[in-house]
Amino acid sequence: MALIVDHNKPLSTCPLKVSAPLGAALAFMGMKGCLPMFHGSQGCTAFALVMMVRHFREAIPLQTTAMNEISTILGGMDQVEEGLLNIANRAKPEIIGLISTALTETRGEDMSGELKQIRARNKELNDIAVVDVSAPDFAGSLETGWGKAVAAIIRALAVPTGGLAKLHQVNLLPGCHMTPGDIEAVKDIIADFGLDVIVLPDLSDSLDGHVADAYVPTTLGGTPVSQVREMGRSKLTIAIGEHMRVSARTLQEKTGVPFVLLDRITGLEAVDRLMVSLSTVAEVPVPARQRRARSQLVDAMLDGHFYFGGRSIAIAAEPALLWSMGKLVTDMGATIAAAVTTQAVPLLGELAAERVIVGDFEDLEDQILEAGGCDLIIANSNGRQAASRLSTPLYRAGFPVFDRLGPAHEVNAGYRGTRDLITRLGNILMECPNHGPISAEHIHGHTAAAAG
Amino acid sequence: MLKRKIQELMTEPGCAVNTAKSAGERKKGCGKKLVPGAAAGGCAFDGAKIALQPITDVVHLVHGPIACEGNSWDSRNAWSTGPTLYRLGFTTDMNNLDIIHGGEKKLYKAIRRAIARHSPPAVFVYQTCVGALIGDDVEAVCKAATERMGVPVIPINAPGFVGSKNLGNRLGGEALFDHVIGTIEPDDVGPTDINILGEYNVCGELDQFRPLLARLGIRLRASITGDARFADVAACHTARVNMVLCSQALVTLARKMKETYGIPYFEGSFYGISDTSDALRAIAGLLVERGADPTLIERTEALIAEQEALAWARIEPFKARLKGKRVLLYTGGVKSWSVIQALQEVGMEVVGSSVRKATPSDREKALARLGGDEEKLADAIPPREMYKMFTEGRADMMLSGGRSQFIALKARTPWIDINQERHHGYAAYDGMVALVRQIDLSINNPIWNLVRAPAPWDPQ
Repeated sequence: MALIVDHNKPLSTCPLKVSAPLGAALAFMGMKGCLPMFHGSQGCTAFALVMMVRHFREAIPLQTTAMNEISTILGGMDQVEEGLLNIANRAKPEIIGLISTALTETRGEDMSGELKQIRARNKELNDIAVVDVSAPDFAGSLETGWGKAVAAIIRALAVPTGGLAKLHQVNLLPGCHMTPGDIEAVKDIIADFGLDVIVLPDLSDSLDGHVADAYVPTTLGGTPVSQVREMGRSKLTIAIGEHMRVSARTLQEKTGVPFVLLDRITGLEAVDRLMVSLSTVAEVPVPARQRRARSQLVDAMLDGHFYFGGRSIAIAAEPALLWSMGKLVTDMGATIAAAVTTQAVPLLGELAAERVIVGDFEDLEDQILEAGGCDLIIANSNGRQAASRLSTPLYRAGFPVFDRLGPAHEVNAGYRGTRDLITRLGNILMECPNHGPISAEHIHGHTAAAAG
Repeated sequence: MLKRKIQELMTEPGCAVNTAKSAGERKKGCGKKLVPGAAAGGCAFDGAKIALQPITDVVHLVHGPIACEGNSWDSRNAWSTGPTLYRLGFTTDMNNLDIIHGGEKKLYKAIRRAIARHSPPAVFVYQTCVGALIGDDVEAVCKAATERMGVPVIPINAPGFVGSKNLGNRLGGEALFDHVIGTIEPDDVGPTDINILGEYNVCGELDQFRPLLARLGIRLRASITGDARFADVAACHTARVNMVLCSQALVTLARKMKETYGIPYFEGSFYGISDTSDALRAIAGLLVERGADPTLIERTEALIAEQEALAWARIEPFKARLKGKRVLLYTGGVKSWSVIQALQEVGMEVVGSSVRKATPSDREKALARLGGDEEKLADAIPPREMYKMFTEGRADMMLSGGRSQFIALKARTPWIDINQERHHGYAAYDGMVALVRQIDLSINNPIWNLVRAPAPWDPQ
């Protein structure tokens, strides 16, 4: 229903997009005992690291090969080797993610080939899994890098377990639009069905904001390498978000575990599909607790729809989050005033919006003005300038959210998460009057009643 | 070109660290080798951006792939009292095809579009690694754009791979000297005009000392670059005196302005009470030497006496609450020794201080302040060791930059940010009072007893 438009502007103003290597690094944050390293200038690492620190308010282990002028000309293999050895000696990680950047990809470095040579001549690296990911900044965005990293981890570490019996277990491949809170919620749901789960990657075990008992130079938790090797024994893989399709398929190819890809896990029908999948694989009926939660969501929709109906909402987000949020607000009766994203993903054509623009916050602002204003903006913290210029409330979602506490704990997944999201959004809409000339006279005198 | 420039910056004769070196060491330059897998900090592009982005009314356009600007825009706390254009992120967002075909045309179009939409007095174009690697001639594009569009378009040639953040700061200063300073002749030159170099108006710190200057009739022609306007920077060659803050970043610029425009400079700091007083004295002294009204010196002394007394009076109530508390000072940028003095004056004990980026004379001063105890001076403390300092109770709190904050916080130890991401201004007399107040709020917050107590089911 929506036309996907990419103007391919020469000038991006107030970018919505963050880089693919950052997405890859974020994925490695969900691996246990991990210390990823960018193969690039040290600034590539510094920017990504600072952005993650500001979002999660946690220490972020991320290193750099610190490319300089000479290695940029002669090649960076020595930098990679020195970097890997330094990390191995100082931090003793279980796994190192080696992530390329625009600089080294433009040079055309053969990182995979060189890594093989480096490993062959350095015994100290024998016990450390080194997963290399090609994720240049000049292609794609956060989602791209995240997806590539997860697929690379699977390619490097998942193994066929043909002879061994299947366990009463599923794999979960969360998309990068899921917060640690979301992942935790889905793990709880899966546990309700009596199933074990391997999550790849599991940010809910590393970046959930907790205080460790000792100083740890690597990630504080996450998926152990040994678990990735066990993924082949699961009965089903559940992948969430279109950008996890390649990873799910790769896992299936390597291990034979079938997968189901859910486009989202926010919204009544979407969570219903998750329940059906889990019920089928666990061979148990949907547990009473989830049935009750569904009923609570239905009630929240009944109570909440008054405040969504007829309101217009603008969203700027990575494709999976735009899809998830866009579907929810239109399901509740709101319209989409503007939709801006970072990549032309075909699924977004099904969004109930006139256009989906591949662009930046300037596009968002222009679209909102063209639409005559809107009631609410959903975007990451970089939407704050546009929101303040338009005097429109901003609901912060996505990455980065650096001017609010606890973005990692926000839960939008499952019946309960959806219910709470409807509550949070509905409360903002309840508090602010309708925008625009038609409603201005209309609400005069009615606000108090509506708010009651 | 760039290579020669870097060589020049690396062997700066005006730099105190450099002049203290032997001839052989000096020849090697000041570029520390960045160690792969053990490096921390920004790149040269980052440094150039930090140094120049506070110019509030121009378009800052980054020619590179998305990471350089997309991962960092609007993330620095440099405030503006007027224009907000500098807070918008502009980038050519280079993609596959730009890299194959070259990005010069795209850059040119981007400059045109930015000028058409925002009508800035100037556009600053930042080169990045990828642009440099594929040979995009940013200087030529800027020259062509300046000629055809009638707006100064300034190239800043500091791709990330050439070095550290500090080098980038300097390259940013070079760009100002080569392309901006001296391009506008103001019609309001006064005998008490000064510039301050290396001040970025983090959290509005400029307004912790600008009013003091105003009371003395001293006009800040340009802060380079905190809360700056393009026209002021372009006209700053008419100032009578330059003060250099954060000396290692922009001292080359100060030296060149002295050689070219005859502006004397001195290095000073607005961090710490006596430092602030010394800085005001130095400004007044140099201005009088250059022909300002000699009574300025007396008026300055009077202001200093008044402000110092006021500041100490405001700090007095905190003394009882902070006496004997042990603090670890771990910072690069802010001059350690002047902060040490302030902390000691309120009765706190400084148990350690880093002198990573300090000049030898700063190091000496810090050492003297710490009673000559070499052990209290550290270049870098490994994170694990630092964590142990807190868990073993050897320090009650830490003042540092954001990078090390979680080492303190996860050891359930009070911490406050004194680097560029900080949320409070700590400059001049007001700033020191603010710092002491923040320390008090932090160290005496009731949460510490609560979060340190074991859970009821855990053994003591």
